[in-house]
Amino acid sequence: MEVWALQLFNGLSLSSILLLIALGLSLSFGLMNVINLAHGEFIMIGAYTTYALQQAALRFTGDAQSGITFLIAIPVSFVIAGAAGYLVENALIRFLYRRPLDTLLATWGVVLFLQQWARSIFGAPNVQVVAPSWLGGAVTLSSDLVLPLKRIFILALVTACIGGLYWYMYRSSEGRRMRGVMQNREMASSLGVSTRRVDSFTFALGSGLAGIAGCALTLIGPIGPSLGTFYIVDSFIVVILGGLGQVPGTILAALIIGMLNTLFEFGTTAVVGKVLVFAIVILFLQWRPAGLMRAKGR
Amino acid sequence: MTTRSSIMDAVRTVSAPARIHPAIGAWLAPAIMLAVLLLAPSVLSDFRIALLGKFLTFAMLALSLNLIWGYAGMLSLGHGVFFGLGGYAMAMYLKLESAGGKLPDFMFWSGLTELPIFWAPFKYAWFAFPMTFIVPAVLAGALGYLVFRSRITGVYFALITQALALIVSILFIGQQAYTGGTNGITNYTTIFGHSLNAPSMQITLYYVSVAALAVAYLLCWWLISSRLGRLLVAMRDDENRVRFSGYDPAVLKTIVFSLSAGIAGVAGALFTPQVGIISPSMMGIVPSIEIAIWVAVGGRGVLLGAILGAIVVNGAKSGLSESFPAVWQYFLGLLFIGAVLLFPAGIMGLFKRENWQRPWWLSTSQVRSTIRGLIPGGRNDRQ
Amino acid sequence: MSLTGLAKLPVMMRFALIGAAAILMSLMLAACGSEPPPAPAAPASQASSAPASAPAAAESDTIKVGILHSLSGTMSISETAVHDAELLAIEEINASGGVMGKQLEVVIEDGASDWPTFAEKARKLLQEDEVSVVFGGWTSASRKAMLPVFEANDGLLFYPVQYEGLETSPNIFYTGATTNQQIVPAIEYLLGEGKTKFYLLGSDYVFPRTSNLIINKQLAAAGLEAVGEEYTPLGHTEYSTVIAKIRSAEPDVVFNTLNGDSNVAFFKQLKDAGITAEDLPTISVSVAEEEITGIGADNIAGHLVAWNYFQTTDTPENVKFVSAFKAKYGTNRVTDDPIEAGYFGVYLWKAAVEKAGTTEVAAVKEAAKGIQFAAPGGMVTIHDSNQHVSKTVRIGSVRDDGQIDEIWNSGAPVVPDPYLDSYAWAAGLRELAQ
Repeated sequence: MEVWALQLFNGLSLSSILLLIALGLSLSFGLMNVINLAHGEFIMIGAYTTYALQQAALRFTGDAQSGITFLIAIPVSFVIAGAAGYLVENALIRFLYRRPLDTLLATWGVVLFLQQWARSIFGAPNVQVVAPSWLGGAVTLSSDLVLPLKRIFILALVTACIGGLYWYMYRSSEGRRMRGVMQNREMASSLGVSTRRVDSFTFALGSGLAGIAGCALTLIGPIGPSLGTFYIVDSFIVVILGGLGQVPGTILAALIIGMLNTLFEFGTTAVVGKVLVFAIVILFLQWRPAGLMRAKGR
Repeated sequence: MTTRSSIMDAVRTVSAPARIHPAIGAWLAPAIMLAVLLLAPSVLSDFRIALLGKFLTFAMLALSLNLIWGYAGMLSLGHGVFFGLGGYAMAMYLKLESAGGKLPDFMFWSGLTELPIFWAPFKYAWFAFPMTFIVPAVLAGALGYLVFRSRITGVYFALITQALALIVSILFIGQQAYTGGTNGITNYTTIFGHSLNAPSMQITLYYVSVAALAVAYLLCWWLISSRLGRLLVAMRDDENRVRFSGYDPAVLKTIVFSLSAGIAGVAGALFTPQVGIISPSMMGIVPSIEIAIWVAVGGRGVLLGAILGAIVVNGAKSGLSESFPAVWQYFLGLLFIGAVLLFPAGIMGLFKRENWQRPWWLSTSQVRSTIRGLIPGGRNDRQ
Repeated sequence: MSLTGLAKLPVMMRFALIGAAAILMSLMLAACGSEPPPAPAAPASQASSAPASAPAAAESDTIKVGILHSLSGTMSISETAVHDAELLAIEEINASGGVMGKQLEVVIEDGASDWPTFAEKARKLLQEDEVSVVFGGWTSASRKAMLPVFEANDGLLFYPVQYEGLETSPNIFYTGATTNQQIVPAIEYLLGEGKTKFYLLGSDYVFPRTSNLIINKQLAAAGLEAVGEEYTPLGHTEYSTVIAKIRSAEPDVVFNTLNGDSNVAFFKQLKDAGITAEDLPTISVSVAEEEITGIGADNIAGHLVAWNYFQTTDTPENVKFVSAFKAKYGTNRVTDDPIEAGYFGVYLWKAAVEKAGTTEVAAVKEAAKGIQFAAPGGMVTIHDSNQHVSKTVRIGSVRDDGQIDEIWNSGAPVVPDPYLDSYAWAAGLRELAQ
């Protein structure tokens, strides 16, 4: 029984990580129909930002484990990765809106470039971010049911991100414009919405979310130049399953994939689990090619 | 993908001349190319010829991708898989020949005691050689039919084939007993009793590659100038019209995808003996994307373009990585961006001015308005 | 379709020209590479560029050696440091008068973490540059890809990383540990400590699978059975489920053959799950000082590792080596087992060449038999027949600062036994492997 409760928690935790990565991707995918393969590299930027901040804190205060630094790193990663996204969108992607397959290739170029750049700045080996000491422990419900605090923190962070995104999309005027453009670009444009500006901001927002993901992933995973590649395909699968640009669909898809993955992995092996999940998603798309939730109208 | 951007027009003009000046246009460039390739062994060292032979198999792979991407508008990011399957089929044959009736080394490391059933027939050339075409073609046919029937196109197709690349490479790595795992299949030394490493064998394989490439080129050329080829281009530009004209796009696409995968498989089969190894790293996500860039650099929708792109990019890769290993990654990254952004029609469209795209930082008026847009309170008036 | 036919002929003619030009260009580019890479008087390691004409190489005043590691791609994480160590050794040798009075000239190639590229570059080093020896490789896959090339071209490869054994190529010297110098003694040590329930965790590739095959035989001989065996895909970063499995299997020790980045995720998540080294020790055979930096010492402190060398190994040679390495590459750099093996491999080759009086491969191989060198990790000796080296086995415990405290060693160098002929339980391995 406890094993299953633990697996439920593990599934939820994996879902939250997948979701954090896929949210930003889903936004830019849905709004602009752009495939951003460099999304993983914005995660990397977030992770290295956290690392750099911690190194700076270490130099000035001599205290790497301070929780404050990590808390500051979350918004800073968001801003820096968002700025990088804004730059990439403006210099590159906006010329390719009508050619989605070409964005795929061009953003792959960005991937190679950013990875090599990270290698020359931070070196090829992995670096280490020391987790704040207050995240070190675990909630022990019983001897077999130990819930790591970091996982709970990531769950909370993801919930906060979804909350923030919901507020932005449905309660702010920027978000209203964004939804307008998502639903009908021409109409929104003719009503005076600057679609260009909405595109840039949405892309930056998506990249910023990737930055937060990178910051969170420093807690549980490796931090190196090729960090982004570990997560990118999984997150694409989530976005496809969820339906393009459907934030609720993405949430549902992340939940399903996270749960299935942990379930299969527990029952079989990690390799078989991964293959099974992919196979199921492809079969599902046979039945509903547009994913779990499909956009209405257009 | 129904957008009529300038690139499509460019590509169309590029591919069209065959019908107007068949004698000169369609034959001159390939003929020159063939002549250069045939004469190359008298100029280059053995090592360079072996290298060029490898590039030719890549060129064939690019050609196969160009067939479905350039002409049918479906970007497959799983072509490395088909290349790899062909390569594996060939490697199985070579490995069994080298093992001389014994169990291949990696099987025993993995605890097998006898040859798996599906390996056994690969000791016969008459079985293994056709399989290099059939296995990838059948896999692509099955996947393609499922995918195209649900009218999955464009970006979805690209991502699904990418997932295929991931699954197959994970599977091949995981099934070490049957596939050799990450190491792949290597250390086979002979073909038909002749040493694979002898210079004469390498020259022979080189000429075989040239011939195979020429055959594949003719096959593709015949295909695209046939009725099917015109239907493909029509589907790329407006699938619904083709459907309403009474054709079933799913079937047409499946046929071409399957054929393309088969050609890729044969390319893989030629790759294996020349390089001496086939491994899952050839089938993963990264090489599959790289294939697309060869085609993009050479020129989509032009058969010759894919061949040129593969040879030029790989030549540059070999040359550059010998001297500046770190720079190569930057160069490749910029090549991707540049090829897509500045020269969407690739080398083949280089000299046509309307194919040049100008990014904002090359156009002063756009720079001005972008900067204006960045200033708080400034108006961005380009809509 | 849209344009008139007039414009097309010139376009097509242009294609022909461009096509031919592009091919010629790429051929020339490729041919350019056939000259020795333009290596302007670089560090002391690169003396005046040698004449390209190869047959004269033996008479020229330099000896060409190749270094072939992944300097880009995923494996560059580990391989760059070995490449650095080999350069250091070559530089030291050149500074002290070279080999047989000749300076060493280095040709560096990038394997780019891609196995076919390793084969291509190895062929290039042997056929185009005609180097006397190549130092290179890391993964088993890269070695397997290079092996047929070295055998066909009768080249010489020094391979510096511990590996899964069961191989003796006449053209490869293995300066890393084989199984009986790392895995087998590690299990023996654990058995001696009273551990009986082993959980085998590894990445899904050749080294872990072959190691675990051997470990299972060894455990069976001791009347035991592993309580679990789990493989995760390369680059896997989600270990909570695996940790749950480990928890429910209740092992005494986890034998960890995970590769690279996965170790970071595994150890971080193991610690988060509240499992400490006291509760459940792990022993790793692919985690060295370099990897500990990325994992974070606090996440792995107290866990065990098995190697032949630690940065803390107490020999006069090591003090010298560590300070030279840090002086050249920075004080924040660490040394570890493969780095050390790469370093002393160069010296072993030098000793063999000087004994043979030539760089000719057959003579060097003959001369190499029994050659000794006082390496940073202790005395190493090249085996008479299998071309591996005898080296001391060490088991250590990771400290809070990322260094490793040795807690056990084999006392004397262990003679290499790649086919485990001297172990009764491993009978039959050799017959099957050949």
